[in-house]
Amino acid sequence: MWDLISNSVYASILLSIAIAIIGSLIVINKTTAITGSIAHGSFGGIGLAMFLGSSIILTTSAFTIVLAIILAFITIKFPHRKDSLIGVIWAVGMSIGIIFLSLTPGYQSDALSYLFGNILLVENKDLIFMGIIDSLILISIIFLYNRFLAMSYDREFLTLRGINANMLYTYFLILTSLTIVMSVRAIGIILILALFTIPALIAERFTKKFFSMMIVSGILGLVFMVGGIIISFYYDISPTPTIVIIAGVALILSLLKK
Amino acid sequence: MTAVEVKNLYFKYEKEWILEDINFTLKDKEFMAIIGPNGGGKTTLLKILLGFLNPNKGEIKIYSKSPKESREIIGYVPQHTNFSLDLPITVFDIVLQGRLKKRKFFYNQKDKQKANEVLENLKIKNLKNKKIKDLSGGQRQKVLIARALVSEPKLLIMDEPTSAIDPSGQKEILDLIESFNVTRIVVSHDIKILLRNVDKIAYIHKKATIHEGPKLNIPKDKHFCEVELIDFLKDENCGI
Repeated sequence: MWDLISNSVYASILLSIAIAIIGSLIVINKTTAITGSIAHGSFGGIGLAMFLGSSIILTTSAFTIVLAIILAFITIKFPHRKDSLIGVIWAVGMSIGIIFLSLTPGYQSDALSYLFGNILLVENKDLIFMGIIDSLILISIIFLYNRFLAMSYDREFLTLRGINANMLYTYFLILTSLTIVMSVRAIGIILILALFTIPALIAERFTKKFFSMMIVSGILGLVFMVGGIIISFYYDISPTPTIVIIAGVALILSLLKK
Repeated sequence: MTAVEVKNLYFKYEKEWILEDINFTLKDKEFMAIIGPNGGGKTTLLKILLGFLNPNKGEIKIYSKSPKESREIIGYVPQHTNFSLDLPITVFDIVLQGRLKKRKFFYNQKDKQKANEVLENLKIKNLKNKKIKDLSGGQRQKVLIARALVSEPKLLIMDEPTSAIDPSGQKEILDLIESFNVTRIVVSHDIKILLRNVDKIAYIHKKATIHEGPKLNIPKDKHFCEVELIDFLKDENCGI
């Protein structure tokens, strides 16, 4: 059994680091819709990579970084229309992916596997990419913890302290986009949002400090993923939806507790 | 020493002039109240003073520098109602944010000492480890004042510091502001501020009418009240 699930357990550990930090930042910065937009828009990068025959990881990373910069610009410049514009990027990104796939010869069943993901199919090269992105996230949070927290609370005040809050926000969205790329293979475009927000939403209710929120969120993410992998292995069901359902039940239970 | 100098300031949004020919000066350690009706341009003026908006015409100097250049010496206190209460953040974390600087990534011992000192002075040290969500409106406003003071500002700019606070809390906040030994500009809709020891009152309604001297002296200042504040103050304070 271990041979079959070892990579998925390693992936869970690496993903839980990103869930802890980026997931918590997504929740406290209220950027769930933006994350959804980048995640769905990343399908454009996957389609482009398949059309060009290039590396999916590198092409999708470049594509989602561009999306993150566009979304940062839109949300800063047009705050009153940001929800509609986020929806537009969401749909346009996916449409680009579908067009490129339809232009690519042959049936691209692999592309569709990115929509729902499968943590049991994670390969060594995916683990290496996850490790690289986790390192970047960890270095960023060590140096930028105080700034990220201040940005989440009061972006205007951060600007007054001489710090470029818009640049910091754009950097945070770029980190979010890279986190999405590292997760699509395992979790899938459609379910990423749930796995990145549910642990943080539960953790937020029971913690007093952002640091504790990140730790609790990471532990919950790991428990949900490993639990989902074991259940899906024994019952021969799809792992990612199992993980999301476990997380969803935990969220409901946490909401019931005052 | 001149702390704030605003000369011939004009600001236009799309085709409409929001502020026209605003002029005033404020000396070091003086206290100015900016009052006026909603939509009269108070918030716009505040944003220009903070360097968030650029005027179409005119000049602003804060301790001889432009607003953007003087941000290090400005302490800004926004309204406590502007912020999410769900954030897992303690009072101490918020106050420390006042010590953030451009090339500074970590707080040192001196920053923590200063934050403790300010919390002690404002008599809210007991709230240090509380989540912002668990505080009253007045306490939240005091936390934002502490965050501004911890940066050791020369100029304190406050936006509606008594809004959404119960009357005893309002009095406490106004007493505090009055006691600070720095230059202060308070934008307020609360007419009680006019009865405090302010050095200047600016009534902003597109243009600025400046009242010099200590708090409004009625009936001596009845003319100011009748001519400029008639709709704003009604008869509550000026006895019109």
